[in-house]
This record gives sequence, structure tokens and C-alpha cells, in this order.
Amino acid sequence: MVEPEVRTPRVRPTGHERRARLAWPVAPRAPIEVRGWGWRYAGRRAWACRGVDLRIEPGERVLLVGPSGGGKSTLLHGIAGLLDPEAAAEVEGEILVGGRPAGTDRSLVGMLFQDPESALMMARAGDDVAFGLENAGVPTAEIWPRVDAALDLVGFPYSGDRSTAALSGGEQQRLALAGTVVRGPSLLILDEPTANLDPLGTTTVLDAVDRVLAGTGSTLLMVEHHVQAALPLVDRVAVLEPGGGIIDDGSPDAVFGRRGADLAKAGVWVPAPWGPSPPTPRRGPGPGPAVLDGRGLSARYAAGAAPALEDADITLHRGEAVAVTGPNGSGKSTLALLLAGLLTPSSGAATLRADPSRPLHRWRARDLCRRIGVVFQDPEHQFLTSRVDAELMIAPRQAGVPAETSERRRDELLQRLGLDRLSAANPFTLSGGEKRRLSVATALTTTPDVVVLDEPTFGQDARTWAELVELCADLRDGGSALLVVTHDEQFVDALADRHVTADEGRLS
Amino acid sequence: MSVLAVPAVSDAGAPIARRSPLAKIAAALLPGLALLASIDPVAPAVVLASTLFCVPLCGVTWRALARRAWPLALAVVTLSLGNAVFTGRKGGATLFELGPLVLTTESLGAGGAAGLRVAAIALPGVLAILTIDPVDLADALVQRLRVPARFAYGALAGLRLAPLLAADWQTLGRARRARGLAAGANPVRGVRLFAGKVFALLVGAMRRATRLAAAMEARGFDSGQARTAAREQRFDGGDAALVAASAVVTVAAVGLSIVTGAWNPLLS
Amino acid sequence: MSNPTNVDSTRPARPPRRWRTVDIVVASVLGVAFGVLFAAWNNFVWPTISAPLSATPATPLLAGVWLLPAVVGALVVRKPGAAFYTELLAATVSMFFGSAWGLSVFMSGVWQGLGAELVFAALAYRRWGLGAAVLAGGGAGVAMGVYETIVYYPAFDIPWKATYIGSAIATGIVVAGGLGWLLVRSLAGTGVLASFASGRTQAEI
Repeated sequence: MVEPEVRTPRVRPTGHERRARLAWPVAPRAPIEVRGWGWRYAGRRAWACRGVDLRIEPGERVLLVGPSGGGKSTLLHGIAGLLDPEAAAEVEGEILVGGRPAGTDRSLVGMLFQDPESALMMARAGDDVAFGLENAGVPTAEIWPRVDAALDLVGFPYSGDRSTAALSGGEQQRLALAGTVVRGPSLLILDEPTANLDPLGTTTVLDAVDRVLAGTGSTLLMVEHHVQAALPLVDRVAVLEPGGGIIDDGSPDAVFGRRGADLAKAGVWVPAPWGPSPPTPRRGPGPGPAVLDGRGLSARYAAGAAPALEDADITLHRGEAVAVTGPNGSGKSTLALLLAGLLTPSSGAATLRADPSRPLHRWRARDLCRRIGVVFQDPEHQFLTSRVDAELMIAPRQAGVPAETSERRRDELLQRLGLDRLSAANPFTLSGGEKRRLSVATALTTTPDVVVLDEPTFGQDARTWAELVELCADLRDGGSALLVVTHDEQFVDALADRHVTADEGRLS
Repeated sequence: MSVLAVPAVSDAGAPIARRSPLAKIAAALLPGLALLASIDPVAPAVVLASTLFCVPLCGVTWRALARRAWPLALAVVTLSLGNAVFTGRKGGATLFELGPLVLTTESLGAGGAAGLRVAAIALPGVLAILTIDPVDLADALVQRLRVPARFAYGALAGLRLAPLLAADWQTLGRARRARGLAAGANPVRGVRLFAGKVFALLVGAMRRATRLAAAMEARGFDSGQARTAAREQRFDGGDAALVAASAVVTVAAVGLSIVTGAWNPLLS
Repeated sequence: MSNPTNVDSTRPARPPRRWRTVDIVVASVLGVAFGVLFAAWNNFVWPTISAPLSATPATPLLAGVWLLPAVVGALVVRKPGAAFYTELLAATVSMFFGSAWGLSVFMSGVWQGLGAELVFAALAYRRWGLGAAVLAGGGAGVAMGVYETIVYYPAFDIPWKATYIGSAIATGIVVAGGLGWLLVRSLAGTGVLASFASGRTQAEI
């Protein structure tokens, strides 16, 4: 057993002046060798990846890119040794980390995941970071100093007593990073760490990763949608083909220079100058008549807690797309729920111009679904049946739309959203992009006057993103009022006619 | 408007609240087990009185206790009535009669004793839980009782997700309302809707669970290495004293019941 | 098409009865999800149906929900102790998050879980189909019925106690057993059970 070496940090010229001196040992450097590796999940006909050949030397920083659903996550999990042989129908080849099969030595590898909420184990921040140390058998006396040092390294803004439920996405991800790094891995694997984060969270997390790398000199392997933001951290890019292997490998300039156009067409977020320029904003025909009013809307989630939203006034017009942005906890999702009639306000009311006597939260569900369509943040929350085509028939049936009309609308939507060949599939088995498109379709079945969307572009690739912009623009041009709650600045630029910001419960 | 009630917070510095979670649970369980053996009013009364005496020592305000335990009080009343109605002992004066259901003074006495017994069994447990932090409990179970760490901390990690799943439950209800589905006054529709939400919640729970499992494994969970403890849980003299005191109360209660002749074994 | 190779061949082969991390975490989270459901069920059922029926020999008819975690957990994870552990987690959530009953609800869970667990043990942990589910539900029902007649309804006359236990068995069979089995089968259809033997029944997509 090789003794872990205590390393003095290697300073990389990253522009960050802060140097970290590590308070704990880092595992020995280990190269990654993937030789002809392939993985096919049980229950799927197609291989996730096949014939993957990749060698990563210690200290390298690699960005793995490729089209959505292309097996990148599978490869990362394989290298981290987290793939369960029982879940595979077939496996080929091998992955060696430090000369031994992946997964044999957990102290070598640390991994960050896309959903930090489901990657934190303990109720208090300090306990969560200590968790990995307990598993590693670190003596009690050494645990807490290391925890404090790790929290400091990632720039965690609170003390170790902070409840993990009271953190924003970016803070949670940094906490997960601290908990991973404190174990001293020499290889850091990041699987879309900023996919669900707002711009501030993305910056803080990637900065923290940068600091960690400066302090530990670890190898980095990451998959990241926000390629633009991740590029400064990496010196090598590898392209993974869906169901295949590595088809290109080299410096970012070289790879994107060669493949920029192809990758962009396949949906990868290729940064400028190799990728397409941002789309020209599609502005609407100008606001039509007002259709929905929110007056003095306030809501609080628990008696005595701070109000989630205070005294908000907003009017939605036909043919207008309104974007609501703001940091976590600013009340934007609350506003969306109030305007959709899904949440009861503590004061104020949301009403439709067409029927101002009754506030929306008092409407019967049947009437509500005829006028307002809602797209939720997690598409799976909206799936009610076991077939895609059945999903699109529910709301029209409740609204009393005649069968023929609703069937026609369903076929139209399936066509428009590219879901027609999946019409018999179970919604839960669709890919991420397909689920998102289906959830949007379910909101449009009754041709509502108002469509409310909550973070529609979370974690979507460039192609689905462009389709969503198209779709929303068409809806708006067709006369619907759109309210989009989003972190995505590009989406706002491409689509919004009006921009409202929310901050700590107040709108401006 | 939350599905889950926020766990009540007790003053952690209070004399009983400071003790080891294992001591608190043992102290709460002992009288409960003894009380199961008979249905009489005396033994439960002693235990109940001692428990109520301990409430301030646990750092719980009477108001917090009332807010948390009122369903228990309501259930005890209902339970007493139920026992009174369906018991076999129908001696004494008849108070109420409706077909086969008869209520007499003796049956009311039996019902009351049963209700008191339930209250005395349940209340120490309520106090114990109000003063226990799940993390402390997991630590104590692993360090003192040698419960396998992977099950204890796996359970704790799952417990952390409870408020998130509760939020998911509410979102599921809203998503259904947005598609025109609501229970309204129709119970059949209500049940179908509930079942649909149950299914969706379980799917979401499975997704979170597989992600959580991968994250835990990535942090070296269950890797075969001997695990150390970041937070120490002791079991000291004060804890033993608490358990001993509970034993004394139990013996006193049973003793008094036997001495006064009220002891009425369950299986007789 | 090559033979499947073990990704980490240096690890000793695991005995199939041993719980993997994913088994533990899934059983925990399933139990916790049911615990959350119990809280929602209380809000839903108590005002409408439970109140008139409570403290009567027919009370258990609505209590099948409480037995679901044991059956569902066992059917998904398929390891010794799964029924018991999942039911325990559901009871733990109830205990910490809002039950007025404190430890008592945990003790209920222990016995109910054991009732189901013993059935699966008697079947040598090899049977996980509808029959096993129904029997286990019944077992949990017996445990619930007996436990509650001792603790909560000791004064009931013998025939009423028998009715109580009978109702508990009935609800265990139908709700916990039947519905539980149906739930697991539907879950398998969504693909979320891919890491488990219970998820292998679906056709390849």
C-alpha cells in the first residue's frame, strides 16, 4: 500500500491570487486508462458507449463533450467506479485507475453530481463534510480541523452548523465539493455540476473548483453544459460519440476548431468563436389586450416565516412574453404559482380579465386548465399516465373539449414536438429533452390564453433549447400571454418582451 | 400548510434533554412495557403523574406539548369510548343503549382505564422524541449498541430527504390541479388522485434514492473500511441514573397497583 | 457480443444476500416517502372517514396504508430484512415529523414490519410475487391486529377482538399485499427499478 504523500500545492496561473495550503494529504497521482470500454444498460437495446479508448495523465484537466444522452455520464460513473455490474446487460473492455480496476480504491476518486440536493447526506453542513472522513477512517481528532479547512477552501459562506436544507443550489454544490475534496482524492470528476444552478451559483462553484485544483493539483475530468464557463479550467477536450467512443481529443482550440460546427448541430453548447452566435431575439407583435392581473399578491409558506412574496403587482398581456428573474428564494416561483391559481395568496388576488369576480385560486380545476397552462420545473411531476398520448388527453377531457378536437390537437402537438414515434412509450422512460418537450405539450393541449413556465431550459442541450425558444415565440405570436420564470439569461434575451426582476419577495 | 409538522424544539440544556438518546428511549419504554401487563387505573396514573412532572425537566413548554400532543389526547378519549362500548364487562347501571351497543358504569370504568393506560404508555415516548435529535440517535445506536453504521447512516440520509419529498407531494397536487384534476367533493375521484400522487411520489423517491446512493458511495460509504465517528456519544452516570429512575417509577406504579388491589392482568 | 466482464474483478464476489449501498438507500428513501404519505393520509382521511370509524372493530379497514411500506420495500429490494427496515423508516418519519404518538408509532412499525418479514423469511426469501405479497400483507395485518388489541383495545370483548384482527388481516391482504404488488409492478414499468431484480421484468426499450 503506497503511503499518501503530502504535497505542496502547485500554483497554476489561473488569475486567482488566493493560494491554498492543504491541511490534509492527497492520494497518490493515478492515471486513468480506459481500454475499449463499452456499457449497455439492462433494459436498453442501444449501448450507452462502446469502444471507448481514453488515457488521462495525472494533473490533466479534461472536458468531455458530446450530444445529450451520449453516454458521457455513464463513462464518468464508470471511471468513478460507481456503475453497478448488476445494472448492465453487457460490459466490454476495462477501466483502470492507478493501474487497478475502477472502484477498488475509493480514496483516489471524488465525484460531484448534477443534483446537489440529492447528494447531501446529513442535516448539518459540517456533519456532511465529516461524513466522507468518517468513512475513510480518519481519527476523530483530525476530522473537524479538516472540515473547517475544506469549508474555507471552497468559500462556503456559513458555519458548519448551517442546516443543509437552508442552502441555495450553489452553496449546496460547494458543500458537496468540500465533502469530496476533504478526502484528498487525486482525481476529481464533475458530472454537470452547474446544470441546475443560477449564474451566481455557476460562477461560485467553478471558482471553488479552480481553487481546489490549485490547492491539490488533482486531475480533473468534467462534463459541463456551460462550456464557456468551464473552458478556463481545462486544457484538453475529448468528444464522446453517442453509443460509441472518443472520436476527437486535443486542446480546446484544436477540437472545437475541427468539430465546432458539427457539435453545435448535435446540440452541444459550443462557445464562441467556434459555435454559432447567439440567436437574434424574437420580439413579439407588441402587447395585446391585458388578460391576467395580479394585485397586491403576497404569500408566505409558514405562519410567522418571512413572506415569500410581498405586495406584487403585475399584468400579463396577450402576445407578450414576460420573463421573471432573480436569485434563489426571491419569490419568482411563488409568483408563477399564484398567477396560475395554484397557490392561495395570504393577501391580494390574481384574476383573469375575462372573469374578474373570482380570484384564480378559487377557480375549479376544470375551469382553470382551460385558460392557463403550466409547465413545472421537474417534468416528471406532471406525468399522470403510462402513455405519452394519454398524457395529452387528460386536460382537454377535464375541460370538456370535444373528443375530436382534442385528438386533433394531440396529434398536432406530438408532431410539432417530435414525439410522434414515442406516442406509446411510458413518459418516465423518455430522455431528458423528450420529457421536457412532453411536459410543455401537456400544458398546451387546451390552447390556453396564458402559459406559465418554471425554468423550462434547465439542463437542456442547445437543440432542445432552440426548439423551446421557437415554441414559446410561436405561442406568444399566436396570441397567448407567456410568463417565464428563469435563470437563463440567454433565454431572456432571445424571447422576453418584458423583464421583471424579483428580489427577496419584491418585484421591480 | 406543510404536509410535515416541523419537529418541535426543546431546550437542549434541560436536565433530561441533555441525556443520551438511548437513556431517554429506555426510560420511556420501561414503564410502557410494564403497563401492558394489566388494565387498571392505578399504575398508569402513577406513571402519568411522574411523566407530567418530568415535562419541565425535558425543556419542553406546556404550550409546545399541547400543540404537539392534542391529537393524542383526542385519540385517548375516542379510544376510551370505543373500549367502553365494545367491552364484555357490562355490569352496573346502564347509561346508554343502542341495539347491541350498551354503555354501563362498569364498561365506562373499563374504557377509562384502557384510555388512561394508553396515555401513560404513549406520553413518555412523546417526550423522549421531542428531546431527541435524529443524528444523535444514529450516533448513539452505532457507537453504543453496535448497530451497523451503514444502516443507521443510510436511514439518516433518507430522513434528510423527508422535507424535500413533502415539497414534492405539494407540487404533485398543484400539477394535477393545473391539468384540471381535483378531488372536489367526490371521494372516489379523491382516492384515485391520491393513488396517482402516491405513485408519482414513489417514482421521484426512487430517482432521488439512486442519486443519493451514488453520492454516498462516492464518499466511501460501505467501502469495507473501518468507520470512525465525528461526533461522540457517551453513556454516563447521568444516563444510567435516568434509566434507574424510570425503573423505580415503574416498580412503584406496579407495586401500588398490586397493593391497592387494582392490578388486573391482561390475560385473565 | 462479448461475455459480460466484472468491472471490478479484484473485489471478492458479494454473497447475493448482502445489502448493497443502493439497497440500503432505496429502502430508506422508500420508507421515508411512505412516512410522508402517512402524514398526508392523516390530513386526508381523518376528517372524512377515519373519525366515525375510529376505536371500533372496523378501524383497521382503513389502516392498510400503514402496512404498505413493508410489502413495497421487500418487493423492490428483495433482501432479508427489507420489509422490516422499510417499515421502520416509515415509522421513524412519522415519529419525528409530527405524530402525536412519539415512540408508540415506532413500536407499531416494529411489529408490523416483523409480521411481514416473518412471512418472507418463511418463504426463504425466494418468493416475491403476488402470492408472497398478499401473504406478507396478511402477516403484517395479523401483527397489527394483535398488537393493537393488546395495547389500545384491551377491554374489547373476545369476539370484537377477533373482528378487529380479522379486519386488520383483510386490509393487509388487499391494500398492503395487492395494492403494494401493483405499485411495484407499475414502478418497474417506469424504469426506476433498473438496479434491482424487480425491475428486470420490463421489455427492452
